Amino acid sequence: MIDLKAKSAAHGMFPLRLGALSADEAASRPIFSIAPFKGSKVDAALVKALGIGLPDAGASTRKGDVEILWVGRGQYFLIGAAAPKLPAAVTDQSDAWCSVRLAGEEAGAVMARLCPVQLDQLQEGQVVRSLVGHMSAIIVKRSGGFEVMVFRAFAKTLADELRAAMVSVNAQAALPD
Amino acid sequence: MRIKCPICGDRDRREFYYLGASDYLNRPAEGDLDAIHKYLHIRENPAGVTKDLWHHEAGCSSWLLLERNVTTHEILSVELASEVAK
Repeated sequence: MIDLKAKSAAHGMFPLRLGALSADEAASRPIFSIAPFKGSKVDAALVKALGIGLPDAGASTRKGDVEILWVGRGQYFLIGAAAPKLPAAVTDQSDAWCSVRLAGEEAGAVMARLCPVQLDQLQEGQVVRSLVGHMSAIIVKRSGGFEVMVFRAFAKTLADELRAAMVSVNAQAALPD
Repeated sequence: MRIKCPICGDRDRREFYYLGASDYLNRPAEGDLDAIHKYLHIRENPAGVTKDLWHHEAGCSSWLLLERNVTTHEILSVELASEVAK
């Protein structure tokens, strides 16, 4: 039998290192999209199965390595665990997303060049649905930076956009006053 | 131009897609050809306050009903279309 090698969405494009800035592709993990049916009790079912419920808009809930992100109106991503049986439309999207972790003191300045939302006031775990360049993206505030998720097919564009912004921010930081 | 999405907050115009007049919320009954013709093609075009539908395409993907003044670019109100259509 042929042994197929799994390739990540951004294979060979990361890590990027520029001064104190870093961008790394996040390790592959299960991602399940949950779109609750109208009037269904998805929250209670999730609390019972995983110990965490559905977050408010723009937020996330977490227990250990399992988290649930709000990712749009009536849509949530369960990350790090398989979805239990739920009264919701559930799809496995684990290989449909490219996730990159941007870190460093100037990570906010990098994102400010790419995204029309002011991200520097976000608290850890808060989620923003917006644009990165021209791509629709999910942006999660993480400790020391951000996690940016785009559709898998946009991995190279994301790498290019991030690199250009990181080079620029890094170069400006090196200029004399 | 910035639009205050009821779910996401104040966002840049580039996150939104413009559909057209709020007339699209009032779909006429099937078979009423005059009403359907009016629904599809006949529009007021005031130089002033208009109501139109926008989609928060790059955000939460809600449909929004905006009341705005096209001469001053002032946005007077933003509501979820789903609440209005109830």
